[in-house]
Amino acid sequence: MQETTTTAARAETRGRARRPAALGGQTVTRRLGRGLVPLAWIGPAIALILFAVIWPVYEMFRTSLQNISPIGIVLGSNGTRNYSTLFAEPDFGQVVVRTVIWTLVVVAGTIAISLPLAQLFNQRFPGRRLTRWALIAPWAASVLMTAIVFRWMLDPNSGVINVLLHQLGIVGSLNSATADWLGRPDSAMVWMMAVAIFVSLPFTTYTLLAGLQSIPGDVYEAARVDGASPLGTYARITLPLLRPAALVATLINLMNVFNSFPIIYVMTRGGPGYKTSTTTVFMYILKQSNIGEAGAMAVVNFGIVIVIVLGFLRVSGWKSERA
Amino acid sequence: MSALTVNPPTTLTHAPRRMPSLRTAIVTVVAYLVAVIFILPYLEMVVTALRPQRELLDRDYLPHHFAWSNFVSLWSTGLGRNLETSLEIAGGATILVLLVAIPAAYYAARRRFRGRTAFLLLVLVTQMFQPTALVVGIYRQFNDLNMINSIWPLMLVNAGFNLAFAVWILNAYFASIPAELEEAALVDGTNRVGAMLRVVLPLAWPGVVTALIFTFIAAWNEFIVALTLWSNNATAPLTVALNGYIGQYQVDWQHLLGGSVVATIPVIVLFALIEGKVVGGLTAGSIK
Repeated sequence: MQETTTTAARAETRGRARRPAALGGQTVTRRLGRGLVPLAWIGPAIALILFAVIWPVYEMFRTSLQNISPIGIVLGSNGTRNYSTLFAEPDFGQVVVRTVIWTLVVVAGTIAISLPLAQLFNQRFPGRRLTRWALIAPWAASVLMTAIVFRWMLDPNSGVINVLLHQLGIVGSLNSATADWLGRPDSAMVWMMAVAIFVSLPFTTYTLLAGLQSIPGDVYEAARVDGASPLGTYARITLPLLRPAALVATLINLMNVFNSFPIIYVMTRGGPGYKTSTTTVFMYILKQSNIGEAGAMAVVNFGIVIVIVLGFLRVSGWKSERA
Repeated sequence: MSALTVNPPTTLTHAPRRMPSLRTAIVTVVAYLVAVIFILPYLEMVVTALRPQRELLDRDYLPHHFAWSNFVSLWSTGLGRNLETSLEIAGGATILVLLVAIPAAYYAARRRFRGRTAFLLLVLVTQMFQPTALVVGIYRQFNDLNMINSIWPLMLVNAGFNLAFAVWILNAYFASIPAELEEAALVDGTNRVGAMLRVVLPLAWPGVVTALIFTFIAAWNEFIVALTLWSNNATAPLTVALNGYIGQYQVDWQHLLGGSVVATIPVIVLFALIEGKVVGGLTAGSIK
């Protein structure tokens, strides 16, 4: 990110530096005019990004260094005290560890389930189009709505998941502590991870499907002629060729899952206590009492996001010539 | 869409065309099972929305009666106002994205100008950021600007964070249209803006529709920024209003899920229209 802004800023400075020279003669004016033409086309986009994306970044850093009262009055600078308060929170360590586990489990689970799903939907069978449409439902729907319906399905008294588990004999009695999955931090985390995987599957499966379809058919033909077993073909041909698509899907998922907020917020509100909070939920709850400290949490989150973005740019081999 | 016709798996093409093989039969059954699992939560959403109040706590899968009147009473809870706010925000964000992304994507597809790479990298980075990480900054910014409980900041933020997708998808469409087509128009004395609007845009129409639907859905579904910038549930966007139902002493589940149905089903149908093109837009900045 920092790299980006400097490049962008440098490009801008270059543009600005040319302005005084324009006072010279006709040709210079014309050349300057030509130099400004791109700005007319891409300027509005840059302005929107500066206003809606870059300005909040600045505000976030500023907030993390300010002493702000619970009702929002700025009492002055706070140095790095918001950060030390944050790191001294008794729940901070646990929340960070939980966030790492949450992100890794959900992303790994998503990829592990999406690989066979992509293989399945790459086969030819009657009604493939229809079944693929069913697959997109959790992708199109707001994650918030999906989380709401899962909370309802896990209702201890009459949620259908509990009713089913009761009939299967897994939940002894309804409206009991056993049936209250979201009331206990451990079982709540497991269910919320399942929901997070559920909503991540469509995008991931579709990306892997696109990757599968970009593998030329004659590669498989050659493997078949050589008498390779289906499993051997998958391990030695499909998986390596699928790597670029899988990497992109993994990184985009990392970003989404790390930033995931609605699932936890809707299903447990991060509680009891902070026992099911990830760093984003923790930040949101802090925001209501101490926004300066929430700003510090946001900056820490932002640092992690930057690391993911840089990893993304590196893995995808983003170079200037292409694009 | 075209994705469906690419590369039939060779293992299948070899079986002579007669009865569907056992393998195809198994694949079909498994695929339909998976499909059903994926839509079950949304079916449950619809079923609960139609449960009569007195059957809400019943421990069965389907109610004995369907109370279509739930949707009428849902309306009387004032959800119409929330729907209106959501429509305004999503509509405004979509228009703004198209207005800003079309010229930028067109110019970047047609011209190599200084700062082009920096611009495209900036777009890619904004795509990677999510409003969630910046929500504290967004709150401070618009609180200072006195824009709480207003549709304008939500339009702007949604437009800003979804600009990248529109730029990628449009850029790909514009680049695929031969430049000779507009050159003819340019020779005829049309200026570049006219050439873009009259020659290129009509040909890139599927890309425009994809960007339009995608942005609309993203803004319609957005939750955390709206939650942060709206304190009045009566006028809030649908997502915030529905969240407000939860955690109250008694949750009106049939109304909460009725509202969810209203918010979800149209969006799934819209998304199905662009399904084949979305992956391209989401991964465009990154796949070689």
